[in-house]
Amino acid sequence: MSMLGRTAANLFWLSRYIERAENMSRLLDVGYRMSLTEQRDGNGSDHLVSMLRAAEMDEEFAALDKPANAANVAHFMLFDATNPSSVLSCLKQARTNARSERTSLTTDMWESLNSTWLEFSQIRPGQVTGSRLPEVLQWIRAASQRFRGALLGTILRNEGFAFLQAGTYVERGDNTARILDVKYYVLLPRANLLGSEIDMLQWTLILRAASAHRAYRHMYRERYQAWNIADFLILRPEMPRSLNYCAQHLSRSLATLQLLHGERGPAHDDAEGLLRMLAENDMDRIFKRGLHEFLTEFIERNGRLTETLSEAYNFY
Amino acid sequence: MGDRPAFNEMLNADGSIREPYRVLSDWLEAQPGRSLKAMSANAEAAFRRSGITFAVYGTDEATERLIPFDVIPRIIAAAEWRRLSRGIEQRVRALNAFLHDIYHGQEIIKAGRVPEKLIVQNDAFCPQMMGLEPPLGVYSHIIGVDIVRVGPDDFYVLEDNLRTPSGVSYMIEDREAMLSLVPDLFEKLKVAPVENYPENLRRTLESVAPEGTQENATLVVLTPGIHNSAYFEHSFLADQMGAHLCEGHDLFVDEGKVFMRTTRGPERVHVIYRRIDDDFLDPLTFRPDSYLGVAGLFDAYRAGNVTLVNAPGTGIADDKAVYTYVPDIIDFYLGEKPLLSNVPTYNCSNEDECAYVLDNLEELVVKEVHGSGGYGMLVGPTSTRKMRAEFARRIKARPDNYIVQPTLALSTCPTYVGKGIAPRHVDLRPFVLVGDRIRITPGGLTRVALKNGSLVVNSSQGGGTKDTWVLEDE
Repeated sequence: MSMLGRTAANLFWLSRYIERAENMSRLLDVGYRMSLTEQRDGNGSDHLVSMLRAAEMDEEFAALDKPANAANVAHFMLFDATNPSSVLSCLKQARTNARSERTSLTTDMWESLNSTWLEFSQIRPGQVTGSRLPEVLQWIRAASQRFRGALLGTILRNEGFAFLQAGTYVERGDNTARILDVKYYVLLPRANLLGSEIDMLQWTLILRAASAHRAYRHMYRERYQAWNIADFLILRPEMPRSLNYCAQHLSRSLATLQLLHGERGPAHDDAEGLLRMLAENDMDRIFKRGLHEFLTEFIERNGRLTETLSEAYNFY
Repeated sequence: MGDRPAFNEMLNADGSIREPYRVLSDWLEAQPGRSLKAMSANAEAAFRRSGITFAVYGTDEATERLIPFDVIPRIIAAAEWRRLSRGIEQRVRALNAFLHDIYHGQEIIKAGRVPEKLIVQNDAFCPQMMGLEPPLGVYSHIIGVDIVRVGPDDFYVLEDNLRTPSGVSYMIEDREAMLSLVPDLFEKLKVAPVENYPENLRRTLESVAPEGTQENATLVVLTPGIHNSAYFEHSFLADQMGAHLCEGHDLFVDEGKVFMRTTRGPERVHVIYRRIDDDFLDPLTFRPDSYLGVAGLFDAYRAGNVTLVNAPGTGIADDKAVYTYVPDIIDFYLGEKPLLSNVPTYNCSNEDECAYVLDNLEELVVKEVHGSGGYGMLVGPTSTRKMRAEFARRIKARPDNYIVQPTLALSTCPTYVGKGIAPRHVDLRPFVLVGDRIRITPGGLTRVALKNGSLVVNSSQGGGTKDTWVLEDE
């Protein structure tokens, strides 16, 4: 059965919103943890501010003119209805999309999104402080994983699946690139290979934000090193949040669409370009060219894919 | 009617159990005290989880609510159902014939059986439909007839609902719920299935597809969108019959044909099961300010390139003022006596009848001719003096805007009410499909007034639903 362009768009964005909610939770979790180790002077936390930047929310938060302390930042990232990327907005929008496209979702997928929204609506923001905060953040990640489990376990591998997957990987790649970009300067190679205590802290933060701190040990079996961390999150195909992994899976979704539609378009070219950018590079070249420049280009190309996809498949 | 106590569908006058309810009654007796409570809670949780909700208008943000579901089924014997379904079929055939006539030669008017003024000056009459020939001559394909019972053999048709009746998703979901809640009861009783409805709906829609496209017809359900109160049903039906769920902006008309916007470009659409009102269908033909419809849709329909289900203009046949003529309509087109009765209806334009109405408002039900959903309605016996005065004023000002009927003692069914089981008033909406043949799903949606003594079963007014079991002959 053919698919409405509106449906394709709703599915693509539905996945993006769920992935985003999960990433928001992870960023806030890390920012909050790190803020606990900081000197507090009443002006808020630098760690929280850099996490806000990675979430692309720093300007909007600054406009509120409130100190960036844990309570304010948590409320903004979780419950602020005026913040289009808050977890509240993401989950609400995801459920609205799901309601519009119930006929394209399996019962398990719909029920996971619906229960998530109903349970989230029961949370009273005022009570999410102290020990309740990590609990709620953990719940958000679990909810996203429940949805992904339902998706992978129950949906037909058809057009809808391709759009859902594409949304996930576009969003995830964007998120990983932003985390790296916010902290890129601590990853630059320096004379002192061992890294200072401050560097260690920053590196842990980056890895945690990508849920990668334990996996890192399995991959590299040595203490944190800037070079390895960048390699892990950018190039390693084993790492499910690395830019390379995201680009590969995005290409795979587009290949499915090409197969189903019998034709390819500019979106396929864009995805291939993204993939080449990663496949034809190694960390040497990336550092030589400039890590920040590399990440900027990735974010820009990855973002353009949403536009070319929208055009190619009549999103509206 | 009037004064005698309501007919209890489970009990005879002497307190013994009526035959169709014998197994259920034994089963209820055998249930441990809290099991109905647990069942209700389980059912509610399941409905909420799967999002079987309706939106309530008039709140700031259209909130979603559950329609309360009663776990005790309503039971109809095989012979009772045969009678009912014959009566329904007769009515539906006559009303479709009436619609064809009204939009063609208007023989019934020429014969003096229905006043011309009642038709051509009626807001529900759709002049754009004149002379148009819908596939198979069917105008109303999907019908929900509201029926009330007042005695063992007394059924009355309250309304015919020939436009876009809703509730069929609850009929199916209620059965789903019951099958998982009380499988043991289904083992003991042979209950006619309702699960075929989506398949039958699909067949019905395909059978009225434009000439030559029946084999590969593309079907869509046209919804106003997720904020509509019946959105769940729209998506449910599309899903169940494998049709596309579209909003107006998903469709467009090009050279008299209807297309939907897909990921592969435009794709031709053949049958539209539309769940938006006539007025909003096509801004070029009907209301120009409609954002819900599709520009040019009516011309495509008129050209025979797409079928609209139901056809525009069917409202003229379920208009409350036309209702009183249904017995004449059956006689005129079929030459038969009505198998199901109309509720006697007073005509306020007649001076004597109007005087009677105004003197007896306490015992009567007043309905607005164009009202629905239980709004704009006065139920005499439960009304206040102030409400009656208000309605008397309105009737005097616009007598032809109201129909007035005696208060029917709607039958009652045993219902779980929290503290135990008590009789509550019910009605019945069976669903009928008309295409290459007439298909009536055995049973339908039973609506129950959960408030003690209340006769208003509408979900918008605190009514609930029950699964309806039509027993099959052994």
